[in-house]
Amino acid sequence: MRDEIIPSDHGQHPPPVTPIYKTSVFRGPRMPLLSLNGSLSELTGPRFGHGAMGALDNDLYRNFQHGGEPIGERIIVHGRVLDGNAKPVAGALVEFWQANASGRYRHVNDRFEAPVDPNFGGCGRTVTDDEGRYHFRTVKPGAYPYRNGIGDWRPSHIHFSVFGTAFAQRLITQMYFEGDPLIPHDSILNTIPDAAARTRLVAKLDLAAQVPQHTLAYRWDIVLRGHRSTLFENRLEGN
Amino acid sequence: MFTPDSLGRLPETPSQTAGPYVHIGLIPRQAGFEIFADDVGAAPLPPGEPGERIRVEGRVLDATGALVRDALVEMWQAKADGSHGLFFRTGTSFETGLWSFDTVRPGAVPARGGAAPMAPHLCLWLAARGLNRGMHTRLYFGDREEANAADPVLRFIEQPNRRATLVAARTERDGVPVFTMDIRLAGDGETVFLDV
Repeated sequence: MRDEIIPSDHGQHPPPVTPIYKTSVFRGPRMPLLSLNGSLSELTGPRFGHGAMGALDNDLYRNFQHGGEPIGERIIVHGRVLDGNAKPVAGALVEFWQANASGRYRHVNDRFEAPVDPNFGGCGRTVTDDEGRYHFRTVKPGAYPYRNGIGDWRPSHIHFSVFGTAFAQRLITQMYFEGDPLIPHDSILNTIPDAAARTRLVAKLDLAAQVPQHTLAYRWDIVLRGHRSTLFENRLEGN
Repeated sequence: MFTPDSLGRLPETPSQTAGPYVHIGLIPRQAGFEIFADDVGAAPLPPGEPGERIRVEGRVLDATGALVRDALVEMWQAKADGSHGLFFRTGTSFETGLWSFDTVRPGAVPARGGAAPMAPHLCLWLAARGLNRGMHTRLYFGDREEANAADPVLRFIEQPNRRATLVAARTERDGVPVFTMDIRLAGDGETVFLDV
């Protein structure tokens, strides 16, 4: 029997059209979503095993070295993937990508006037353990300007993609760093109307998790929609 | 790190746009480099996978009708026997704006509560710069008119002309059925997106 998923709380998310982020005006759907009770098509989802991961996939400091080490402030990012019932999501594929320490992405379309780091790829992935924990090592990404308002800068951030157990739980988001003075000015983060929701995208400095004399650490937890048990309702058939 | 409320619940982590460089993390070969032994969702269909070989493809268009050439497109589908599933991931082409998958035609999937099965369909999920959330939609097959007419999800779309946004037209290329469906993010003919 497969549990159903708690309906999404849309108030936690940005609406589709947010004029402070101009591209959303061209691309954000205008029509209301068609709300469905989940079927097997949405309550199932792809699963990815630990065996599919390479040994360096969660080490951005080492997974693209070409004769040297990446430039920048070494950090560990760690946390848990939980569901809306505060239960750990084990076996969740977590993927992440980011700019290098100077704010430049390794991407054919990035033309920001800052150097590509020959020893830094900027992407990684991992699968959560039985407690829902994930961790990876990287360098802290730099801020960079982007074409929105002519004076707009992105705060340092890491992009995250997460798969739960159901395709309905699919999530892409961004993690920010506690204390970054650009955070209140970010037009992407400010697409989220709820101030408390915005703070949940900010990782906390976690001195206890550092590697002393070597690497700082940040902690960030991710919450996917929870499973719900069905009370007095017809169960899904066919599973 | 977060404290559950008095019912033991935690609020969802908010979504943020995937941005223009989504390819780096999720389809790095399209960003211009190789880093993982196997990019997630990039493996071709296993040669022995049972079922009718098909190709599905389309464009993604913005509110002005312009091509969206930097979108991530994921697909989750039933196998030919109706069980789940197969997963694929690609991006719209930087040049042509086209996305495509070579797969097998899915079988019918049971609907909720023991109702008649849903018409065969593919689940698509899009993320891109300018999309504040990933968008769920479906692709139905234009040569399955009878099944589509009975499908509970298509029938649930109030405006009949909007149902057509989820139905891919069939053509043939090199002997393989090709199903084409453009995804219009906004504007005239906006695709029906799902809150699942």
